[in-house]
Amino acid sequence: MAHQDDGSGFSRRTFIGSIGVGAAGLLAPLGAGAAAQAAREVAAGATVAVTLQINGQAHRLEVEPRWSLLHVLREVLGLTGTKPGCERGECGACTVLIDGATRNACLTLAVEVEGREIRTIEGVARPDQPSAVAQAFVDEDAFQCGYCTPGQVMAAEGLLARSPHPSPEEIRAGMSGNLCRCGAYPHILKAVERASASRRGGRP
Amino acid sequence: MLPAFAYARPGSLREALDLLKDAASAPLAGGTDLQGCMEDGVARPARLVSLAAVPELRGLEVRPDGSLRIGAATPLAELAAHPAVRQRHAALARAAASVGSPQLRNQGTLGGNLLQRPRCWYFRGDFPCARKGGGTCYAQDGRNARHAILGGGRCVMVHPSDTAPALVALDAVVQLAGPRGARRVPAGELFVGPERDVRRETVLAPGELLVEVLVPAAPPGARSGYDKARARGSFDFALVGAAVALVLRGRSVERARVVLGGVAPLPWRSRPAEQALEGRALDEGSLAAAAEAAVAGADPLAENGYKVAMTRGIVQRLLASLAAG
Repeated sequence: MAHQDDGSGFSRRTFIGSIGVGAAGLLAPLGAGAAAQAAREVAAGATVAVTLQINGQAHRLEVEPRWSLLHVLREVLGLTGTKPGCERGECGACTVLIDGATRNACLTLAVEVEGREIRTIEGVARPDQPSAVAQAFVDEDAFQCGYCTPGQVMAAEGLLARSPHPSPEEIRAGMSGNLCRCGAYPHILKAVERASASRRGGRP
Repeated sequence: MLPAFAYARPGSLREALDLLKDAASAPLAGGTDLQGCMEDGVARPARLVSLAAVPELRGLEVRPDGSLRIGAATPLAELAAHPAVRQRHAALARAAASVGSPQLRNQGTLGGNLLQRPRCWYFRGDFPCARKGGGTCYAQDGRNARHAILGGGRCVMVHPSDTAPALVALDAVVQLAGPRGARRVPAGELFVGPERDVRRETVLAPGELLVEVLVPAAPPGARSGYDKARARGSFDFALVGAAVALVLRGRSVERARVVLGGVAPLPWRSRPAEQALEGRALDEGSLAAAAEAAVAGADPLAENGYKVAMTRGIVQRLLASLAAG
């Protein structure tokens, strides 16, 4: 991937090195309210302080306006569950939820989603506490290499939040923004059906 | 990563228009097309003016007279899901629902869909084509399977928007605002063909913004729809798109609008197809006549002859679904 060093001083690698001693020290969560500085202007190449609400936590950080949310999640915050694929909005590997709606993080400028509620795969699929959707992907064996899976899970979360019990046709349409090069589509569709059924309280 | 740019986020339309007086500035709404253009070097703005905090561009309202007022920054997904749009202006709801993927519809806006740049691979690629100020349309004699069968000439791009044909068919009007004030333009007059100016696709002047779209109330007996053919089943631009809006009186077509996408450099209103329908019942004969009339004058290139038959097929399929009610 063509992510260059952004000069921020902590790359993904150094971040991963430090995460054990506590991300809170680096990324002191702030209360809400820091998002309200509106009509300001940022010079080309300069950074600006923003507060991003990610998985229920406020992260205050410096971003360049050209940085995508994908870049900030992975390279600044070390949240590498969100995957880079085409980086042109065509594959869905980087799907996240913004205020509950699915978005391609690669096409979303981080500075534009200040104050919005951002959810990533880390917020829905903790190993000890997977969401119904994430568990359904495991139960239905809905992946081979797994690279597209975080994006698929987030797309399914967005779909089921909007439409809890979609028809098979609605599932295909709702998942159509996510490519799987392994071709696990039939199992992915079953996983979404299973997640929908489990939310209904029944068995698939 | 995108090339560096300055960034401003005005809080009102007036502030946004002030910032956009600077010719090196570009407006940023959903950004799904703009960022691709920047990656491809087709757009090189020195400053992006974010429209995220401009209230005048937001909102989707049904007015008491049944007309719609749609802020230009309304996400396509919102438009596609809106009950009144789906019920009374089906062509627009269907067109918005058929743009891109769910993710792109959550981000992309109606204004951006109307003003997006061409998808032509020579335009997006490293070719100094006519639309970029060069002397040649490389698609004329190059790879042109996705290009125009109607209205080409100096540039054989096709208009990529799904919502533009729908809005033209529904007799919508767009409200523009710029340094010289505001003006209203019928959707059918928003777009510029290559014979008029090969360098731009719309009548927007430098510094002008598309503020809102006004769709007149659907008259009694109105029905409309949108259909498209694409190269793959999941999500893609239209190889051929068609928007049809009809007003029926009894079984007879009182008024018809047939507007094609994906086949010409601008949304292509087919008056021959409309004339084949007006004053007639929607039956097998008039459907076939309209489908044939829709491709009158088509002049396919080496690789896109298939679009002639595809256009007939899409128009006929859409009309049949409208005839069925």
